[in-house]
Amino acid sequence: MKAAAFDYIRPDTLGETLDLLARHGGDAKLIAGGQSLVPMMAMRLTRPALLIDINRLQELKSLHCVDACVTMGAGTRQRNVEDDTALHARLPLVKCALDWVGHAQTRNRGTVGGSLVHADPSAELPLAALVLGARLHFQSKAEGKRELAVEEFFLGPMFSATGEAECLTAIDWPQWGQGAGAAFDEVAIRHGDFALASAAAQVQMDAQGVCRRATFGVGGVDGVPRAFPEIAQRLVGTSLEDDLLREVAADAAADCAPGNDPHASAEYRRHLATVLMQRVLRQAAQRAMATVGAHA
Amino acid sequence: MSKRKLVDIAIKVNGVVRETQVEARTTLVDFLRDTLYLTGTHIGCEHGVCGACSVLLDGDPVRSCCMFAVQADGLSVTTVEGLAPERGQLSAIQDAFCEKHAMQCGYCTPGMLIACHALVARNPHPDEAEIREAISGNLCRCTGYQQIVDAVKHATGQKSGAHD
Amino acid sequence: MTEPRKFRYIGRHRRAVEHRRFVVGRGRYAADIQLQGLLHVAIVASPHAHAKIISIDASEALAMPGVHAVVTGEELIANTEAMLPGVDAPQVKRYPLAHDVARYSGEWVVAVVAESRALAEDAAELIEVEYEPLPHAVDPEAAMGEGAPLVHPKHGSNVIFRRVFDWGEVDTHFAAAPHKLSYRVRWARSSTVPIETFVVSAWHNDATGILDVWASIQMPKFPDQLARALRMPGNAVRVHFDVDVGGSYGVKRGIKHAVLVGYLARKLGRPVRFTEDRLENMRGGDMQGPDRIFDITLAFDAKGVIKSMRMRAVDDVGAYAGRSPLQLGKPVGAIVGPYRIGSVQYEAVSVMTNKTPQEAVRGFGQAPTNYAIESGIDKVARFLGIDRVELRLRNLISKEEFPYLIPSGTTYDSGDYATVLGKALDAAPLKEFEAERDALRAQGKLAGIGISTCLEPSGGNSSFEPLFNPKNLTTTWMDSCLIRIDLNDAVTALMGTSTSGQAHETLVSTVVGEVLEREPDSIRVLHADSLNALPSNSPVGSRMAIMLGGAAAGAAKKLKAKLLRIAAHNLGVPVADLQYESGNVFVAAAPDKRMTWAQLVEIAHRRYHQLPPGDEPGLQEKFVMEVPTGGMLPTADGRVQMYPCHSFESHLLLASIDPDTGKATIHRYVCGHDCGVMISPDVVHGMTYGGIAHGLGAALMEKFAFSADGQLLAGTFMDYLLPSSKEVPSITIVDHCTPSPLTEFGQKGSGEAGYLGSPAAIAGALNDALAQVGASIDELPMTPHALWNALRKRRDIA
Repeated sequence: MKAAAFDYIRPDTLGETLDLLARHGGDAKLIAGGQSLVPMMAMRLTRPALLIDINRLQELKSLHCVDACVTMGAGTRQRNVEDDTALHARLPLVKCALDWVGHAQTRNRGTVGGSLVHADPSAELPLAALVLGARLHFQSKAEGKRELAVEEFFLGPMFSATGEAECLTAIDWPQWGQGAGAAFDEVAIRHGDFALASAAAQVQMDAQGVCRRATFGVGGVDGVPRAFPEIAQRLVGTSLEDDLLREVAADAAADCAPGNDPHASAEYRRHLATVLMQRVLRQAAQRAMATVGAHA
Repeated sequence: MSKRKLVDIAIKVNGVVRETQVEARTTLVDFLRDTLYLTGTHIGCEHGVCGACSVLLDGDPVRSCCMFAVQADGLSVTTVEGLAPERGQLSAIQDAFCEKHAMQCGYCTPGMLIACHALVARNPHPDEAEIREAISGNLCRCTGYQQIVDAVKHATGQKSGAHD
Repeated sequence: MTEPRKFRYIGRHRRAVEHRRFVVGRGRYAADIQLQGLLHVAIVASPHAHAKIISIDASEALAMPGVHAVVTGEELIANTEAMLPGVDAPQVKRYPLAHDVARYSGEWVVAVVAESRALAEDAAELIEVEYEPLPHAVDPEAAMGEGAPLVHPKHGSNVIFRRVFDWGEVDTHFAAAPHKLSYRVRWARSSTVPIETFVVSAWHNDATGILDVWASIQMPKFPDQLARALRMPGNAVRVHFDVDVGGSYGVKRGIKHAVLVGYLARKLGRPVRFTEDRLENMRGGDMQGPDRIFDITLAFDAKGVIKSMRMRAVDDVGAYAGRSPLQLGKPVGAIVGPYRIGSVQYEAVSVMTNKTPQEAVRGFGQAPTNYAIESGIDKVARFLGIDRVELRLRNLISKEEFPYLIPSGTTYDSGDYATVLGKALDAAPLKEFEAERDALRAQGKLAGIGISTCLEPSGGNSSFEPLFNPKNLTTTWMDSCLIRIDLNDAVTALMGTSTSGQAHETLVSTVVGEVLEREPDSIRVLHADSLNALPSNSPVGSRMAIMLGGAAAGAAKKLKAKLLRIAAHNLGVPVADLQYESGNVFVAAAPDKRMTWAQLVEIAHRRYHQLPPGDEPGLQEKFVMEVPTGGMLPTADGRVQMYPCHSFESHLLLASIDPDTGKATIHRYVCGHDCGVMISPDVVHGMTYGGIAHGLGAALMEKFAFSADGQLLAGTFMDYLLPSSKEVPSITIVDHCTPSPLTEFGQKGSGEAGYLGSPAAIAGALNDALAQVGASIDELPMTPHALWNALRKRRDIA
């Protein structure tokens, strides 16, 4: 399990990186945390001719919090987000998702942007980004800056809308403010592994215990993470009674098209999707209500 | 592209800067073992699951099979050989591993020690759940983890569960 | 402990000698050995479960700079001897590389040697192998049927071993019993999967003619087998046993690896290393474990007293067999578990399929058998509505009945099963487990308590070899130790095998220290190499406390006797008048008439004139020990004393299942354990914790699953799941000590402790939880998906 030979460049600036990408296109691959890429290279499942190391690009490590948005450099290490308690208050779902991501050793290297671009359908951060409706910032030499809503980003297992010569530079995470509660849950046989199924939800409640805003989704069930904005709309204006949560979770799961694989049947995955979405909605609601001091 | 192209690197390993050349595709663990002969860091899976290859990179635990040596150029790496305060001495964690029989075949031990050192550096008094979380990315087939947990408790001045 | 401490060093906490090097990164594993000019091997493996090899084109690979050789099965068959099975099946031949036909997906077809492993992999990619796929057999039961594709056509059948044993009046007991209960349980193909893969380096010195081998082995008679396969005299193969082995628990046999590397080293005149990568290890390392279907019928009375058992075990050994069929043989020695079952019919069937071969796994087949027996005990209890503890108490052999002869011919040495079970119940305590179980149930979980009472036969013997192969008359299964006291009066002991985590240096130094009354930390223990080692059969079958401990004690006692003779001669008194204390010797009736350790050593080494007539100069003694009770061939009806000693473990746990997801959680775990006198309690406890965790893996998550096409679906650490610190619960071990009457200090073995009882207990707990809703599961591993399916099946019925 040794990678095929490649050339290695560690540019100092984003501009240099984009030049390299423009020049080498599909032969080049960016490496950030490398926690999925390096094993894939070791198994020779991927064999870039040129590896462009973006770990030291300061441009990708910024963090700006303005109004209702946290703009996070794509190269931000997962561990840095995990350690930033102020950020947890702004982005509770991201914090909840990170509790399920890998291990200390992988989070120390793994980046937020790297996880999104890798587009594993079972990964936690892509689901969180989708459920929150993040916006993604890209740059390329040819087209300059480009923004994309995350809904348009995940195209299939390990397949995203990142252009061949593009670099994901930053992620805008919507910040919900007061009364928001989030939850993330998953079933994996072993802790820290990619899940058989996962679910994420964030809701906002007012002091009367009425839901003002809601979003939820499921990972590992379809070829891409799934969010259900239209179904989530049915929760707004309600007090998120159990029956309703059960119903929306079931409707959302019905909309998924899981396949059979050695780890789980389609039927089991769909069932897990229902159970987990219901659970995260209930838990998010409880947390939201706790923050506004409302009672169900 | 030449297959054997070598890249200059300078990595501080256990406090000493090592300047040498490697193939870009050489992983950090292969570099440590095959070039520096620091064979204390072990290879278990080479795909980022078992944790046997854990080292500290600028103080944080990482899997050295999941990065290339060139990526560590200019950075600082601590391996199991560098954990003791001085030659002939043991760190508190190393000493506790001996005292509590926290290993059998010793193969996962270097990675476990790295994980436990990193834990205690962040959290001097971890509880059992925190210890289990910190070592959850390091697979051990011999111990069932119990005596490793006991050792970390012992090293951090906590009562560790006797078996009986 | 139940008995007063009567040892100076045995049974006390002592830091293991080995740890000091492990914690500073100074272990010396096979991959750490530096050899100048080392070449590396990579493997081209078959992508097909069964295929004819039409052609191999290595020209591009051979043209690459840095590539030294490409070898195929054809070359190896011409130059090496086949490795044969442990049963009588001479047509089932295995070579390191496939020739003509590849018999499983992952089987090694071509080996490439290059200056680095990366280069060897580059070259391996350039080798073109043309295959013609053949029909394959994957399901073991189908493989036994008419017309099934044959894995080894020359053998004439996929059944490599089958025998029906009848021990006692089975038909009579069945006819007389008011109740019979039949069931099927299935043990999935899992293994020990050490974190270190198999590694072997070899270097042939053309001038001396010696092949030096450094390998991560745990295998009886490895050097002899290697020499035979390489067509070399035994004294030309030197296997270095001072290599630390990164875990084995049975599987690190690596004979095919070593034959390949030994052959390459001789061919190339350069040192060669093969380090299995994890992919090669999982699919082609030939180290998967038992894969069994049990069909069992128990005959019992209204009180739940089990009178007789019929057991059929079908074991899928994969495409080739070494010792794997014998893993159905060892359980013969504990076929009734700890129970007073009066007669047994046992049908043992080993079947070959187009899958990765099976290798010895911790317990050598006993853990699956224990799981099968315990499942039945629980089923009988449920059927009769009797409490599972009570049912066990009605069937457990009682303390007074030892030594106890079981129907299959083995005598159990000693035990106190009910007391150990009771200690586990008290330590839990059971009432608390029950209260927690009820609380979990009130929260909507399915919760249950699991109990198992299992035997761990120990003292590893070879009795299953003649039992399963009448042509094999092996009844010797020795282990040895050589001890010397040097001129400067330090003690060194030499053992003749490698160690894979069992702390043998600690064991031997403790035992020698005990006998010679010298500080164990002052005693050096070394691993010999095979050319200067006394005979050993390696740490298999939970034998080293008994066998290496016994041999070390035997040699130390000879040394002590010699020191006493020297003292007697020089003090002018008979040995009987002397007292030995901490190495010094004095006349019991006149303590100031004494000689010190240093004086005695000085005489032995330098003062021949003071040595008793007839004694050799110097201080060195060896002891080669045969297994206690060993030396017996089986009777015609297949009765034999299998292992000498019988440790016992009683597991008790509380587990729950989330009914919505099928995910199981273990909340509490207690293990009562009796392995006689513990020489190194920390080591025994460590192995027991680890064994429980390993069993948890087998019970809940580990499986080498294959597709219908014979493709391995769990070939990486991402899909073959070893439990982490988050899945393994905190465990309480409760010790009990029933000394063995057969061993030096009363010790029994414990290397397989925990693993032999935890899968059964965990399965029992989950079935107890499922029983709440009338569901059950009889197949490992009990993954969330499998548990959810069991629940759904029940719901569908309802």
